[in-house]
Amino acid sequence: MHAGLEHYLTVSFLLFSLGLLGVILRRNLLVIYMSLELMLNAANLALVSFSRFNDNLNGQVLVFFIITVAAAEVSVGLALIVALYRRRQSAHVEDLTTMKL
Amino acid sequence: MKLEALPWIILFLPLLATAVITLFTLRCRTKSSLISISAVVAGFILSLVYIHANGWHSEHTETSRTWLSIGDLHADFGLKLDALSLMMLLIVTGVGGAIHIYSFGYMHEDKSMARFFAFLSLFTFSMLGIVLSNNFLQMFIFWELVGVSSYLLIGFWFEKPSAGDAAKKAFITNRLGDFGFLLGILMVWGLLGSLNFGVLEAVMTTNPAALGCCATLAGLLIFCGAMGKSAQFPLHVWLADAMEGPTPVSALIHAATMVAAGVYMLCRTLFLFDANALHVIAYIGGFTALLAALIAVQQNDIKRILAYSTLSQLGYMVMAVGLAGPTPAMFHLTTHAFFKALLFLGAGSVIHGLHEEQNIWKMGGLKKKMPVTFWTFILGTLALSGVPPFSGFYSKDSIFAQALHQHNYVLFTVAVLVAALTTFYMFRLFFVAFLGEPRTEQARHAHESPKVMTLPLLALAVFAVIGGFIGIAGLYGAQFHLEGESLTLAQQFLEPLHAPFALACGLGAVIIGLIAAFILYKKAATDPLPARLGWLSRAMRDRFYFDEIYQATFIRAHDFIASVCDLFDRWIVEGACIGLVRGGTDLTGRALRLAQTGNLQTYALLFALGVALVLYFALGK
Repeated sequence: MHAGLEHYLTVSFLLFSLGLLGVILRRNLLVIYMSLELMLNAANLALVSFSRFNDNLNGQVLVFFIITVAAAEVSVGLALIVALYRRRQSAHVEDLTTMKL
Repeated sequence: MKLEALPWIILFLPLLATAVITLFTLRCRTKSSLISISAVVAGFILSLVYIHANGWHSEHTETSRTWLSIGDLHADFGLKLDALSLMMLLIVTGVGGAIHIYSFGYMHEDKSMARFFAFLSLFTFSMLGIVLSNNFLQMFIFWELVGVSSYLLIGFWFEKPSAGDAAKKAFITNRLGDFGFLLGILMVWGLLGSLNFGVLEAVMTTNPAALGCCATLAGLLIFCGAMGKSAQFPLHVWLADAMEGPTPVSALIHAATMVAAGVYMLCRTLFLFDANALHVIAYIGGFTALLAALIAVQQNDIKRILAYSTLSQLGYMVMAVGLAGPTPAMFHLTTHAFFKALLFLGAGSVIHGLHEEQNIWKMGGLKKKMPVTFWTFILGTLALSGVPPFSGFYSKDSIFAQALHQHNYVLFTVAVLVAALTTFYMFRLFFVAFLGEPRTEQARHAHESPKVMTLPLLALAVFAVIGGFIGIAGLYGAQFHLEGESLTLAQQFLEPLHAPFALACGLGAVIIGLIAAFILYKKAATDPLPARLGWLSRAMRDRFYFDEIYQATFIRAHDFIASVCDLFDRWIVEGACIGLVRGGTDLTGRALRLAQTGNLQTYALLFALGVALVLYFALGK
């Protein structure tokens, strides 16, 4: 069976949904962070497949940018999480409610 | 006009002094007082220089800059420099200068002396502004500034509740008059289209009926301003209470200058008043003179006697204006400034020497202890009573002559009666406070005041004696185009002989008052009058119950209106209007706050749902 665009997009959709569920349901900040990465890569997958099926390199270029930015963002985000953990001795989202009145 | 810049400098020097004192030298008492004193003395000297250079009656008398111009309203900031304002300039800076110097001694013990001098300079600035204004708007602004500085000075010892109350009373009573004044100014502007005195006078001279049917009303509204500032009935109640201020303030503001501002303003704008308005003004003046003189007879506080005497003399001046005699009015204003400032400063010297004792029945036997004060005070008393040849005799006589000249025999009788009463209460004060035996321990240990206080007394005494025949009346006469010829010293000395009947009545009144005071008070230990007059004496002592009447009527009515407004504000505005808006906002806020859980994942869920919703609407259809 030949794999068409819709198959790729379905995989991308599934990955994205898993990532979203992870963000919404998991309590550990690190896992939430990993789920976020999963959502980014789902988007990457969609872009690459569009690029492949439309004979256009724009999508691939965009993916490079996303990977680069994601790498930078991960380093900042992880640093924040580590700092937070040192201060609070916890990496659970329920504990981060200081902004609430 | 030569030396055009000089009047501007004279006007702004005291303001500069106020600024320097309040900004820099508030902690240094001596420096502050010297700054203030030198500002006013320099003003006096520069005024003399200016008058020497230009003469009293120069051709060109105005100097002005455009200040604002809105539509048809063009207001200048200008100075008018004719004989009237130049003479007032000399009075304000000259008498004011003497009082400034005196204050240096009088206020020496006071810890807020620097503040006192800052206020005094502010007052001098405002008063000079009124005197020099060439238009109504500018005059009104300075008019209010004078009110403010008077408020500050009456309430100078604000830690005393009575001083604070007196300050408020003076300010509010003045505001009542000023409200009428403002309406009058607006009316004149609306009808004649200008605020400049020179332009208004030209319009009124070419067309005397320019104000039409509103002439009387406009005149009376403008008179309201004078009624407040010059404390005429029915707004006379504030002046006696204003004596809560330091004595130099009473001398400067509430005797020599500020209260004279009303009379000055009437003389400045005399061309606006028609016969009816003048009639009302004359009778109000006469009534005030009589009322205040009666009250003064039964007061026991030395400053209050002088305060009611001031009221009475202001009544004379207003009456003279109403009798179409600005010359006698301004003449009396000038001589009154000399001798009443002298009397107040003398009273202040007595109070100072007796350690803040103001009751005349606790004084006595001051002749030996305070010789300078004693002799200058008697000169002031003679001048105020109108004994020839002291200054008060000439000015009062010119008012009598004016009343006769207008054939107004009612007011003439009132004026003569008031003259008798004036002599009576002044000599009552004099006999009781200065002669006889000391009545208390304090009076026994009285001491003369320092030189810095007695020298101004001597300077003022000189003018209180000679003020009547040195050409002051002639200056004003030429200002008001009444008589052209200038009189020699001897002619002026004998001027009252031109109206022998007025002269005789005036002298008779003085003699009667003097003899009555002599018989009743020469040896009196207590006041014999209450026993002889009964209820009348009580009514005089209690100031004919004006304060109580006002309390029961106007103030009660005002309180009632205020409480109605308060209820309206509390329940309708605050409760219904503001309450609904505030309650609604509050409830909405509370409801919306429930959505903010503070949990990151709730937000993420809502965010995802939102995105899904947007996608559905954007793509699904």
